[in-house]
Amino acid sequence: MELKERLLASYLAFEDRTEMDDHVRNIRSQAIKNFESNGFPSKKDEEWKYTSLNPLLKVPYTVFSKKENSVEFKDVKKYFLHEIDSYKLVFIDGVYSSFLSETTHQGMDICLLSSALSKPKYKMVMDRFYNQATDKNESLTSLNTAFATEGAYINIPKGKVVNKPIQIIHFSTGQESALMLFPRNLIVVGENAHVQIIERHQSLYENPVLTNAVTEIFANKRAIVDYYKIQNDLPSASLIDHTYISQKQDSNCAVHTFSFGGKMTRNNLNFYQEGEHVQSTLKGITLVGDKQHVDHHTLVAHNQPNCESFQEYKGIYADQSTGVFNGKVIVKKEAQKTNAYQQNNNLLTGDKATINTKPQLEIFADDVKCSHGCTIGQLDKKALFYLRARGIPEKEAKALLMYAFANDVLSAVKIQEIKTRITKIIANKIGVKLGFDI
Amino acid sequence: MSKYTEAELKKELETKEYAYGFYTDIDSDTFPPGLNEAVVRAISLKKNEPEWMTEWRLEAFRHWETMVEPEWANVRYKKPEFQNISYYSSPKQKPKYDSLDEVDPELLDTFKRLGISLDEQKLLAGVAVDVVMDSTSVATTFKKTLAEKGIIFCSISEAIKEHPELVQKYLGTVVPKKDNFYAALNSAVFSDGSFCYIPKGVRCPMELSTYFRINQAGTGQFERTLVIADQGSYVSYLEGCTAPSRDENQLHAAVVELIALDDAEIKYSTVQNWFPGDKSGKGGVYNFVTKRGLCENRAKISWTQVETGSAITWKYPSCVLKGDDSIGEFYSIAVTNNFQQADTGTKMIHLGKNTRSTIISKGISAGQSQNSYRGLVQIGPRAENARNFSQCDSLLMGNRCGAHTFPYIEAKNKTAQIEHEATTSKIGEDQIFYCNQRGIETEKAIALIVNGFSKEVLNKLPMEFAVEAQKLLEISLEGSVG
Repeated sequence: MELKERLLASYLAFEDRTEMDDHVRNIRSQAIKNFESNGFPSKKDEEWKYTSLNPLLKVPYTVFSKKENSVEFKDVKKYFLHEIDSYKLVFIDGVYSSFLSETTHQGMDICLLSSALSKPKYKMVMDRFYNQATDKNESLTSLNTAFATEGAYINIPKGKVVNKPIQIIHFSTGQESALMLFPRNLIVVGENAHVQIIERHQSLYENPVLTNAVTEIFANKRAIVDYYKIQNDLPSASLIDHTYISQKQDSNCAVHTFSFGGKMTRNNLNFYQEGEHVQSTLKGITLVGDKQHVDHHTLVAHNQPNCESFQEYKGIYADQSTGVFNGKVIVKKEAQKTNAYQQNNNLLTGDKATINTKPQLEIFADDVKCSHGCTIGQLDKKALFYLRARGIPEKEAKALLMYAFANDVLSAVKIQEIKTRITKIIANKIGVKLGFDI
Repeated sequence: MSKYTEAELKKELETKEYAYGFYTDIDSDTFPPGLNEAVVRAISLKKNEPEWMTEWRLEAFRHWETMVEPEWANVRYKKPEFQNISYYSSPKQKPKYDSLDEVDPELLDTFKRLGISLDEQKLLAGVAVDVVMDSTSVATTFKKTLAEKGIIFCSISEAIKEHPELVQKYLGTVVPKKDNFYAALNSAVFSDGSFCYIPKGVRCPMELSTYFRINQAGTGQFERTLVIADQGSYVSYLEGCTAPSRDENQLHAAVVELIALDDAEIKYSTVQNWFPGDKSGKGGVYNFVTKRGLCENRAKISWTQVETGSAITWKYPSCVLKGDDSIGEFYSIAVTNNFQQADTGTKMIHLGKNTRSTIISKGISAGQSQNSYRGLVQIGPRAENARNFSQCDSLLMGNRCGAHTFPYIEAKNKTAQIEHEATTSKIGEDQIFYCNQRGIETEKAIALIVNGFSKEVLNKLPMEFAVEAQKLLEISLEGSVG
């Protein structure tokens, strides 16, 4: 049976045995209908022109994990940003692990989506926000909406500055078989509130895992959101990650995506500016090798005047890896005085590496400043010679230059420990020891 | 004339009527509307074509029947009804003239009104003009001068008869007859066009030029152009178009093939000013053109286009950089106004080593028009040290128009160096202020800025053509270009 048919069959079973109120049931059945009519995207879809899901669809993924799995903290400690104190929301094969987590209800909600969906006291928030920012026609988002039951629910009230970062970690053990996961996060940030979130998907065994995640973020007036996605999974894991961000007046949202691991990674990052003077920042570092495939699709919808967006994506592609970047900036005719900037720089270091990039502008307003730039190139030979003339071996010299190339993005990271962590991952990936700490 | 604002300019742009909208009354020999195998055969027969050509057309037609119209372009329009189009139209009197005096005076008058005075050009500019009115070549000048150098410059139907070996060898090699919907249609029914062959090592002493016009109501124009530059040769080819006002939409599906053999260079310049429809968006020409050039080793192809007309433009002059060290260039100005829609750009396919390409595209949108740049830069796995530079700038006038950019960049070789940049802006108030401050009135200031914006491309046009190009730009953006 095709994966699509199996998923549709699984949904019937899932619907039967899961308790849900009418509102959620309605959202889910709409979503599965949309998935049923659209199915998995193919290369014929413009949005999936350079990324084929076919190899993944042949894997016999199951939707439900058969038994509860537990992991020891010492085995997974390295995946946490353990140097700093933080709130933690940890999920193992899609099931919440209270043992590894640290949640709170004091003055704010940092807890579980499952409880938010089922408890009456959250109903008002759910009705207002749940599944409201998503693209209802996007087939894979719909698939997530149909099956998603668990994930992070974060609600920061007006004026609250969260004292420490929040880590959301999804572990997959996939001990018994290939597993498909549907994590779902809902983040509501009130007026003047400020929050930092770190998200990670990590598989622990070399069984194939396909994660189809959806995150919705609502930033109210003057809210500040910093979101970090660390994607450094095993080569058996694939990730399709959808993020929808709706921003109100004067809010400031930044999403940093660090893609290092995984077999296939697809990021759909969508910003909707729904108020004036909004700032959106999208930054990313991609460093891949072997036969890895990383695809960044971004959308910034400038719906209101006087807003800014800033995109900077750096990619280094080694071996036979392939990279895709499609950045879409849409400026509605109301969105006068928009300032949109988009930059995509790529280094190809592998003989068989491929990069497909399509920075796209669609502009309907005249008083705007929109620019995009895109480059594909190699390390500067002169710079390399300069370093080698000073006794730095070729490999290290190259690593230094690559690190410098990525540094524009890295320097914008506001949490020092993440910077250190990313630097280590980069050094590891290139196979050198960078002789300095930051 | 004290104050000339952008608002006034916009108003003037909207109300500006198409200045070249007149219709020449010449008896035409026109086929009834419709397209089937019999029509394709009849066109071939009418043109006294050899058997292989008829077969070639039929093969294209049979394949066309299986194809569907492409819908990916960022344009919206009512699709033409292909069975309601007459596929052949030719002026009735068609003797070959030895001198211009023998040409129908009405026809000559048409060209005079277009500012293309043949005799003047003959005397002054040294431009050989192969005039195409509707579909048949009616006058060819300077043939003798070219013949001395061994250059063949004639209509394609003549070339099929006189030089079948060249046509058979190259026709459809760059744009295969099954390439796309409109190319297949063109291959099946093309009525005429130009053929040019430059022998080895010859530098063509003059600019070659053709004027296309769509004249007869309800006839689609299917031009076919084939330019072959043999090893080490050079040619500069000019193509300019104007068409009379028509209410129903007219279809134009041309195919242009350029072949630059080793060390050859082809410079192909186009000025297109077909009827864009009136200011309510009624009528106008549909321009669906396939243009492509093939570069062998060290060859160079340069496309320059000024696109001001047509209701719908669907045009991507491309270069296949097959040979090592070959060069492709694309310089374009696309102006859209009122309800015009343009989806234009280029493809640079890098296959050989050390290949280089440059893309400079300038889009100006006014009124309620939509202007899209769509380009592809592709670096093949064997294209070592390929280099590309692309720049796409858009200028918006008013907030009812749109400017879009769809650049596709695909690199499969790690030695590739690609740079792409795009900007979108309007004429800055501070720029106008700066000019005002220096005693330049607003009208002149806007002219200056638009001119400066397009200069990079206008500079690439051959001298003889620049005048015409500026004239055509004026019609679309009158009041701004001084």
